[in-house]
Amino acid sequence: MTGRKLIMTFPVTATSHGLADYRARGGYQTLARALREMRPEQVTKEVLASGILGHGGAAFPAGRKWGVIKLNDGQPHYLCANADEGEPGTFKDRWILENAPHLLLESMLLAAYALQVRHAFVYIRGEFDLPYRRLATAVEEAYEAGYFGTSVCDSDFACDIVIYRGAGSYVCGEASALITSIEGKKGYPRNRPPRLTVRGLYQRPTVINNVETLANVTAIVAQGGDAFRKIGTAKSPGTQLVSISGHVQRPGVYELEYGTPLAAFIEQECGGVLGGARLKCIVPGGISTKVLTAAEIQTLSYDHASLTAAGSGVGSGGMVVIAEGTCMVRLLQILLRFYHHESCGQCTPCREGMGWMHRIIDRIVAGEGRPEDIEQLARISRANDGTTICGMGDAAGYATLGILAKYRDEFDHFILHKRSKFGGRLEVQEQALEQEGTHA
Amino acid sequence: MQHLIPEFDLLRQRYPAEAASSLVLPCLRRIQESRGFVADEDIAELTAYLGVPRIQIEEVLAHYTQFRRAPIGRWHLQACRNLSCSMRGAERVIDHLCHKLGVEPGQTTADGRYTLSTVECLGSCGTAPVVMLNDAYLENMNAAKLDALIAGLPT
Repeated sequence: MTGRKLIMTFPVTATSHGLADYRARGGYQTLARALREMRPEQVTKEVLASGILGHGGAAFPAGRKWGVIKLNDGQPHYLCANADEGEPGTFKDRWILENAPHLLLESMLLAAYALQVRHAFVYIRGEFDLPYRRLATAVEEAYEAGYFGTSVCDSDFACDIVIYRGAGSYVCGEASALITSIEGKKGYPRNRPPRLTVRGLYQRPTVINNVETLANVTAIVAQGGDAFRKIGTAKSPGTQLVSISGHVQRPGVYELEYGTPLAAFIEQECGGVLGGARLKCIVPGGISTKVLTAAEIQTLSYDHASLTAAGSGVGSGGMVVIAEGTCMVRLLQILLRFYHHESCGQCTPCREGMGWMHRIIDRIVAGEGRPEDIEQLARISRANDGTTICGMGDAAGYATLGILAKYRDEFDHFILHKRSKFGGRLEVQEQALEQEGTHA
Repeated sequence: MQHLIPEFDLLRQRYPAEAASSLVLPCLRRIQESRGFVADEDIAELTAYLGVPRIQIEEVLAHYTQFRRAPIGRWHLQACRNLSCSMRGAERVIDHLCHKLGVEPGQTTADGRYTLSTVECLGSCGTAPVVMLNDAYLENMNAAKLDALIAGLPT
């Protein structure tokens, strides 16, 4: 009921992430064939034809990004896989890094061939331990087997890869900050233009794609862009790895063909809300996307056009299920504390605005909220939009405005009565009580 | 950091020639793994080795939360406090750890054994609540499991 699969196509076993198993599944054959039979620009043509959208959050068409790179322009090009997965609620790329690292590597080699990249990077968040070790082992295996180095698959194509580990900075998942970080500096985003495909890493043309976006390239080249485009919906080709968590019976990573009915996915595939509670709302794609109420998702299909029309987005595929009885004021407090903590401090509206919003929500939760606080949160949210170099402050504003618009009564109640309408609860009540019992 | 220089020389070969400045983060990570934190002398020596401005290294150390300028406890417990973890019991887990260890987040126990920190999303929301113990992720945590784990740590 979740449709066709492109990534999670095999049973996960103790050895399924290794090179031998990957080869047994047909691994690296697409690369070998492409190096024999295709010119670099043909690979880009297939990616463009596939219509695949970026899976990191912004949903920019990957083929159009690749198309900016000018071949034979006499300068080095760089490719970076963005594995700085840090948008709260998102843990899908980790599935690929842990379970299908060679699929990412084969796809990156295809991308590197298409874009004339001699050195490719994987920027992986510093906290990821097992994903890093799995990927590092895969890189060593791939070098030994001749898939990297001066003669990839015995062709005259040469490519090296470096795994670059971050060190704890949410903003480095933003493409220009990621590049600054790989340059060995503090992770400050950069103003565009120039676009990173024109002047990126070390001022060279650079393509940065999300791990999942890149992982799809092997399937695109294997079956052709036109065939790939027949999967999913007309405007959202392919599939999305959805990581689902929060008040849900069966959290985890699921692969959804775009166009899958959303409510049925949560109810049936994921077992519905924890402890049989009723659904209040969901965060559809990482906390920076606006919440959608239970009523709003009933008729939605899971694709970009539907979620955008509903006022939210696919985002990073990080879905959070929120049960009835959860305090949305405390929930917003967690989000605003996070954005304040992660603001890099470069742009004034975000640096100051995140601090103001965090202090206002703390004041409300402490029972000292003022009636004008709600409008003040909304005003700061709006003032941030579009006034900063990267989208972090904007995103904090969208999340805030979404919650204020749909759950205004909880904020009014908190300020008027100096306490939460729902006892400040973040956990599903029955479950909390049950766990409390086992701890005693 | 002098004993790490042969390793840094090898690392350098994997990077494009124009990318010497990129080595700041990986070198600092190795220094911290080796010493437990980054000391003043490490900064001076790395500045000389890489030929980058000292301010670049200082900024990196200040910007990234994983770098430390002072030693911490032998066992570093980092509890996620973001959305999905809080919705599955992280606040109770953090309270329990504070109570059990007798410290607030950010502090180290007097015997130097444990440091407790709270952190933002670790990308493990499906197995919430999550606590890191040094480099490892401890998933689906609760007070009882943590008690057992802590009791089993070598002295």
